[in-house]
Amino acid sequence: MTVLLQADNIAKHFGGIRALKDVSLTINAGEIYGLIGPNGAGKTTFFNVITGLYQRDGGDIVFAGQPLHVESPHEVTQAGIARTFQNIRLFAEMSALENVMVGRHLRSKGSVIGAMLRTPAVRAEEAAIKTKALELLAYVGIAGKAEVRAASLSYGDQRRLEIARALATEPKLLALDEPAAGMNATETAGLRALIEKVRADGTTVLLIEHDVKLIMGLCDRVAVLDYGEKIAEDVPAVVQKDPRVVSAYLGVPYEQ
Amino acid sequence: METFIQQLINGLTLGSIYALVALGYTMVYGILGLINFAHGEVVMIGALVALAVYKALAATLLPPLLILLVGLCVAAAVCMALGWAIERIAYRPLRNAPRLAPLITAIGVSIVLQQFAMLFWGRSYHSVPALLPDTSYDVLGARISAVQIVIMLAAAASMAGLIALVQRSKLGRAMRATAEKPEVAALMGVDANRIVALTFVVGSALAALAGVLVSANYSIAHYQMGFLLGLKAFTAAVLGGIGNIGGAVLGGVLLGIIEAMGAGYIGDLTGGVLGSHYQDIFCFLVLITVLVFRPSGLMGEKVSERA
Repeated sequence: MTVLLQADNIAKHFGGIRALKDVSLTINAGEIYGLIGPNGAGKTTFFNVITGLYQRDGGDIVFAGQPLHVESPHEVTQAGIARTFQNIRLFAEMSALENVMVGRHLRSKGSVIGAMLRTPAVRAEEAAIKTKALELLAYVGIAGKAEVRAASLSYGDQRRLEIARALATEPKLLALDEPAAGMNATETAGLRALIEKVRADGTTVLLIEHDVKLIMGLCDRVAVLDYGEKIAEDVPAVVQKDPRVVSAYLGVPYEQ
Repeated sequence: METFIQQLINGLTLGSIYALVALGYTMVYGILGLINFAHGEVVMIGALVALAVYKALAATLLPPLLILLVGLCVAAAVCMALGWAIERIAYRPLRNAPRLAPLITAIGVSIVLQQFAMLFWGRSYHSVPALLPDTSYDVLGARISAVQIVIMLAAAASMAGLIALVQRSKLGRAMRATAEKPEVAALMGVDANRIVALTFVVGSALAALAGVLVSANYSIAHYQMGFLLGLKAFTAAVLGGIGNIGGAVLGGVLLGIIEAMGAGYIGDLTGGVLGSHYQDIFCFLVLITVLVFRPSGLMGEKVSERA
């Protein structure tokens, strides 16, 4: 099994608050890796650090065999990490299709001069971007909504659109920040099928979730954060019996 | 009636130029939330560079239209480089500074450019040779000159091109994405610095065109010509709704018409007390009225979207 992301002793503090205290974890290629913990445990902070939104204060990240430099977020995207947001952050004024097309930005060429002159090469590329974006909309199950303004989509469809936009960057690692938040049971089941499909097609998934049933049923391995520290990392069956996890997060032993 | 049509033609000419310049203000504001007060000076540099090219080529006996085109191309190239440099040197280091800092810097850049132009080209008014045919046509009793037709067509074509670029190209999508949610656009792989730089470059190219057109219209160029023009274009951008590209076009054309109508009728309306040289007051009346009653402008951007 190859390691896709190796995080060693990641530290992040905000003023006097140590949001992440030397967190180390390993994500293998091809797995669905869950990150859970109580509110404020540092899950989203960890996400923001590995996706370049925050600069880390300590530690090393090796991604796909290369040290990950997070000077700016677009370099992280270039390296192959894409994410969605806990609070949906689509380009609200653009159509669903255009949102996904923005995600193709890095994976296409096209110069400014070409764009102004609309050369045949640029037109062909635009067409290719559009075709790929339409495929991705179909992939996440919202093919019929291509021309709908992102802000007008239903909540579940907005979540799906965020996933399509992230997939458009052709990530090796897709990081989903609470994708099931606010979803009903049917939508969650659909989301679960989608995440499994993404993994089956070769993309590793990192998942933050509060829906314990979803995490335990879906993930190959789970890490648990509490007060900025990793208190467990193992397969779900072991993690959910870990006494520290139970007392910090689960409350009572989870029964399938 | 002739006065009305004549002033409408004059207003549309003037408005086309305002709109071209207003686009530069509105594009930068849309993406950075910054009023680039140096933009008017870029127009001035464009006009003076083009004039230098006209003078250099005057003796070559090239066709006047070709000289005009060469002048425009050189002015556009210089202004694009200037716009890029202004962003890189003056604004990028202040990207995360409080909003007042880049605003004051913009005024500083404006002064630097004006003084540079004064040292380089002198304080005098330069007359700009007429490179377009000196013909005019009769429209319902009013006159429209070839220069005016060229100004309207050139402005309309470049604005249509810009709107197509923003709405339909990859670069335009990246611009809109960066304008709406810069950090998310970056996470989708859009290099914000590059997009911002390109926004300045595109805006400066339009400014160069505006400089060439405005100097052709008045046959005059001067190191201070960018100041009032810049303020008026800024007013046009505010009138249309700053940050909104369609709004800049609408605001520019409307402001041009308001000014021309004001200049045409102010004498009659005040019984001759105020003459047409008071035309500049209309622009600022519009600015104050808009800021008081509809700060978001006619096609105002949704302020709530910008957090």
